[in-house]
Order: sequence, then structure tokens, then C-alpha cells
Amino acid sequence: MRILVKGAGVAGLTVAWQLYRHGFEVTILERAERIGTGASGFAGGMLAPWCERESADEPVLTLGRVAADWWEAALPGHVQRCGTLVVAGSRDTGELDRFASRTTGWEWLDEAAIAALEPDLAGRFRKALFFRQEAHLDPLQALSALTGALEETRMRFLFGAGGVPAEAHYDRTVDCTGPAQIGLLPDLRGVRGEMLLLETGEISLSRPIRLLHPRHPIYIVPRGKNRFMVGATMIESDDAGPITARSLMELLNTAYALHPAFGEARLTEAGAGVRPAYPDNLPRVTEEGRTLHVNGLYRHGYLLAPAMAGEVARRLLAEQRQPERKAS
Amino acid sequence: MLTLYGTSVSSRLLLGTARYPSPAILAEAVRASRTDIVTVSLRRETVGGKAGGAFFELIRTLGVRVLPNTAGCHTVSEAVLTAKMARDVFSTDWIKLEVIGNHDTLQPDVFALVEAARILSGEGFKVFPYTTDDLVVAERLLEAGCNVLMPWCAPIGSAMGPVNLPALRSMRANFPEVPLIVDAGIGRPSHAATVMELGFDAVLLNTAVAGAVDPAAMAAAFTGAIDAGRIAFHAGMLEPRDMAVPSTPVIGKAVFS
Repeated sequence: MRILVKGAGVAGLTVAWQLYRHGFEVTILERAERIGTGASGFAGGMLAPWCERESADEPVLTLGRVAADWWEAALPGHVQRCGTLVVAGSRDTGELDRFASRTTGWEWLDEAAIAALEPDLAGRFRKALFFRQEAHLDPLQALSALTGALEETRMRFLFGAGGVPAEAHYDRTVDCTGPAQIGLLPDLRGVRGEMLLLETGEISLSRPIRLLHPRHPIYIVPRGKNRFMVGATMIESDDAGPITARSLMELLNTAYALHPAFGEARLTEAGAGVRPAYPDNLPRVTEEGRTLHVNGLYRHGYLLAPAMAGEVARRLLAEQRQPERKAS
Repeated sequence: MLTLYGTSVSSRLLLGTARYPSPAILAEAVRASRTDIVTVSLRRETVGGKAGGAFFELIRTLGVRVLPNTAGCHTVSEAVLTAKMARDVFSTDWIKLEVIGNHDTLQPDVFALVEAARILSGEGFKVFPYTTDDLVVAERLLEAGCNVLMPWCAPIGSAMGPVNLPALRSMRANFPEVPLIVDAGIGRPSHAATVMELGFDAVLLNTAVAGAVDPAAMAAAFTGAIDAGRIAFHAGMLEPRDMAVPSTPVIGKAVFS
């Protein structure tokens, strides 16, 4: 079967890889001139289904727990399995109990255990939750490595507005264009997210840190080379404009609260992206004629795209085995 | 029935729409609560002048009356501007007026509140002011044109429940004819029942439901508690006594010994 995958964000590339592995002939079409221009490029890259379960439904955990293995198999060496550390300021320790009561897969750490894991946080927090099974990756590196791996398979990439192929040349189209489908796919909406990149040599972290706060919970993901990603806001809007002053202040304030070293860090990038979401904030694979839509990955692109890619492959393989069923 | 600015509503629970795990769960909670009025924050969801499109559309489809709020505003002019924006977005002249004076406690700036209430009432808005339990401020808000008062019972989102019962009692006693809605500070259904037992007309809450493990079930629990408190208020409760009173007859026993 010849498949056209539209969109080279995390969903499109993941689907393309999965379909390639199952022997489909795939072409990827991306409207932008390069990869990583959409929300996928601004992501945290946390593979943290146990933490996410705090505010998400069960499928985020059941579908998301395979993600780290999927990425490791596709891109050996890219996944860092260092767990997630969850902390709270001294006046917000109640938030830690609340977080613990809604999640599983954690263990309590005392001050000494925190210092053993993250020496630079020694003495700053008396207790923490450690989610040992969680992992993270660098989203842009992962996207570009996946693109490289796909190019090595001689898969066709069509970038930019020109050269749009006739969809009739393909047996099926898999649309992974995310927010471009807002207003077209029923119930799909945009949720704005904003992030920062900070650079400092004064602190080093080995794993994503989540700082709980009643108003502004944030996470900081170490990206290597003294770089730290700070995210992310959640705003009900499909506006993709530059970060607002208020969001910038909130993110910086909370980063500073995690460690004063971030006060002297360089702000090297501030980004905003629109995450597509359905009303239940869970992704879906839907069918519309000859097109399969993978959409609604919300804030769980890297976490849930592998499961969605698996679902697309299952459907297309079933169709390949019984073509007459789909034709009817 | 509760009448607010000439509109009768049957539910005495007003529900906030922020901080739910997902819009689907928000919709479930609204249904489970059987509320007639939801509040929506405009400030946060209007980045780049775009009014949170799909989310507001979702709110509109809930089929309940929308009470937009000015949450996050710190000055009179900010609050007035946000109220006008809300009127356009939701085609309503109702506005929950919130002017924050202290960043830490989110305590209302009552001076700015009275000023903003006067401006907005003058422009035809039906103002629901989020205020403290201060009687003098309440008086000024009524003078400024408000027909409803919404005192806190504890700081927003604190879940402390009523921290000053005498103040709430005295507010009820001083304004017997004004609809009084306890807004902010409610953490659990028993808190809501308590203020309803005092004779308050309704309760507005958000975090207590949105932050629950099962928001829809918690919304239903609050509705039950609010009903119970209201019925109890009308039924006339016993006041505490210093001595025990047996519920079964005691004739023939030496009770006065």
C-alpha cells in the first residue's frame, strides 16, 4: 500500500516510521520548509505517563508506558531513563501529598536521597516524589534523528508549499497536521503552550524536575550543554503568537524558586505553540473517507504518538489483509 | 427559587469553569451539578486579543447561563475593560466583578471594587461583586448599584471553608433582602452546607470541584449539601444547649434529682 503522511511533526514522523517498519511505501508531506516548526519543536520531551496521570485519564498511562521503549527502539541512545523528580516549596508541601494521592509509580525521597540524585538541589527541599520509571528525550534531536533515519530508508520527503502530490496516487492518506485541522475536525481545539530555554553553567540537573505550585506548576528539563527547558503554560487559545509578559514572569519566577542559579541564566529562547486537543484531552485516530486522522495529542505528543502510530498501523494492516471490507 | 437581577434560577450552586482536567470533565461536572450558572474567566484565555475561541464555544454549548468574571484584574480600568470585552464575547450584561488587591491572598481591593462597580452599574451592567465580609464595603457596593453581594468565606482556592462565621451571620442579618452568594474559600460540601444553613442564598465555587479526583461526583455532592443546607435553614434548626435533652420521654424518672 502507498501511504501519504501529511505533517512532519512528532505524530507524522512517528506514524511514518511505524508504517515503514510494517513495509508500507510512505511519502511525507510537510507544509513548512523544515521539521520542528510546530508545537513538536517546543515540547518538553518528557515520557512521564505516571506524573501526567495526576490530571489526565487512565489511557495516558496505559498508552504512554510503551513510549520510552518505542523511542529507544527507533532511536537507540536518545532516551534517558533517569526518572522524574517532583518537589514543592516549603509552604506548598501539601501539593506533594495531593500529587502522590493521584498517582502511582513513585517513592518518597528524603533530603539525603534528593541530594544523592540531584546534588545541586541539596538542602533546598526536605522531601520529594521520585518516579523512577520515567524517561525523557530532546524533542528536536529526536525529530531530526527520526527524519535522518527515515531518509536513510529512501523515504520521500516533500517540504514547503510546492510539489503537493495528487492524493489519488496514494491508497490512503494519514493526516497528522495537528492544529491545522482546528475548525475542520469536529471538537478539535487549540491549547496554547509557552516555554523558555535557559542557559547556565551554575547548576546541573540529570532529569526533569517538576515544581508543584498551587498556581504555577512548572517543569524544567535538562537539555545538556548547560541548557534547560522551562515549561509550560496551558491556555485555552489557538493563538500561536509570541510568549506574553505574564507567562514569561510566571515561568521565570518559578524557575528561580526551584534554584536561584536560574536568576543568572541566559534566556536564549522563548517559544509558543498550539497543541491540538479534543474535549477529553486524549488523542484519537479517526477516519474520513480515504484519510486517517491522527490528532488531539494535546500536551502528550512524544508520550502518546507511538501508541497512535501503532493504532494506525493496525488499521492499515487489517485493511491490507481484507481489502474488500474497506471497499464496501 | 433564587432571583438574581430579575432572573430566576433553581440551582443555588454557581460553578467556575477553570482548572478542570479537560473540557469533557468540566461538561460532566456541570451536568452532575445541575447548575444554572457557570462563571468564565476572560483575562486568562484571551491571548493576542483572541477570545479563547473553541473553549468559549464549548462553554456556550453547556446550555447554562454564563457569568463572565474579571479574574486576574488588579485595577479599576483593567476590570472595566475586561467586563466590556466579556459583554461582547458572551452577549450578557452580567459580570462577576473581581479586582484583586493582594497578590498572595488574592484579597479583593474593596476600594477599587466599589469604584469599578459604580462605573459598570452606570453603564448598565448587572454587577456581581466579589467582596470581603465587611459590612461597610457591602453597603457601599449596594449604593454603587449592585443588587447582589458575593462575600468570600476564605481566600480563593484555599479550601479553608468559613473562617469567620460571626461575620457571615452579621452580613446575613444586615442585608436580609439582598441575594448573598458565598464566593471563594469553600473546600468541601460540609462548608457549603454550613453557609447555606446560615441563610446564604447560594454558593459559588470552582477549585473544590475542579481539583477533586472525580469532579463530576464532587459537583453532585456539593449540590446535595447546598440543598440540605437550604432546607435546614427553612426548617429551623435547634440552637446548641448547655444540657442534654433526652429524645425519649422521661416521665417517672427522677430527672430533677
